[in-house]
Amino acid sequence: MGIIDKLNKDFESRVRLGIMSVLMVNDWIDFTEMKSLLNITDGNLASHSSALEKSGYIEVKKEFVGKKPKTSYRVTNIGRTAFISHLNSLEKLIKSK
Amino acid sequence: MSQKLQEDLSHIRSMMERSSRFISLSGLSGVFAGLFALAGSIYAYQLFKNNDIEYFDDTQKIYSSDLIIELVFIAFAILILALGSGVFFTLRKSKKFDLPVWTNTTKKMLLNLAIPLLVGGVFCMALLYHHLFALIAPVTLLFYGLALINAGKYTFSDIRYLGACEIILGCISLFYLGFGLVFWAIGFGILHILYGIIVFKKYK
Repeated sequence: MGIIDKLNKDFESRVRLGIMSVLMVNDWIDFTEMKSLLNITDGNLASHSSALEKSGYIEVKKEFVGKKPKTSYRVTNIGRTAFISHLNSLEKLIKSK
Repeated sequence: MSQKLQEDLSHIRSMMERSSRFISLSGLSGVFAGLFALAGSIYAYQLFKNNDIEYFDDTQKIYSSDLIIELVFIAFAILILALGSGVFFTLRKSKKFDLPVWTNTTKKMLLNLAIPLLVGGVFCMALLYHHLFALIAPVTLLFYGLALINAGKYTFSDIRYLGACEIILGCISLFYLGFGLVFWAIGFGILHILYGIIVFKKYK
């Protein structure tokens, strides 16, 4: 039971895992590219990314390219550490089975 | 529970790979590029024969400018066919696996591929301009190999081995000037076909 408690609740959803995985190996990724990588809808990405932002795991940048608004994401240091420790607990859990 | 965790991990791995490497590159494009190159080499060899030049003769070769223009034309035709098949099979594979094509990673890969290739292209133009034809084959192989190694960071790492082979071949060919056609047939033909088959089997 002990190890399961350590699994980060913020990363329970597949979409959030996906967002974090993509950002771990990339610098800034914009909304459209993230959406097509994860194969999800606008609303789905928007709600999960704002939840991750609220936890301080990702940084959101909003800018204008010409007249179009563009949103990009980047992982924060806190997010990086949290995700790595989440991966470690996943690994431990699987090994203990 | 355990199965969900395994799925989580494989999801993480696939997302990392999808987003950081250009994985739509199909082995088939390598095979076709190689076949076009071999066909082109045979055609060029026939062209020499038709012009009464025995390619494997040891004597000094002097080509007419008409012949050179035709050879350059063949080279460009092969390049376009090879690139075309590359784009075709890439689009086909990305559609099949539902992968996005025009991503940041694709752009980075193309940029890293293009820089050594463009420099090599200018270098070859200069060699043509100065009538140093014998050096063109080694230079194309060398710069192509460097370009592949450079782009290898953003796609399957196997491509770096192909790049290394092209460079080694290019270095050898520097010491056997006058047999450019043979080295081209090996480097752009046979190596591409081998690479294509290996990659196609590995990532099917």
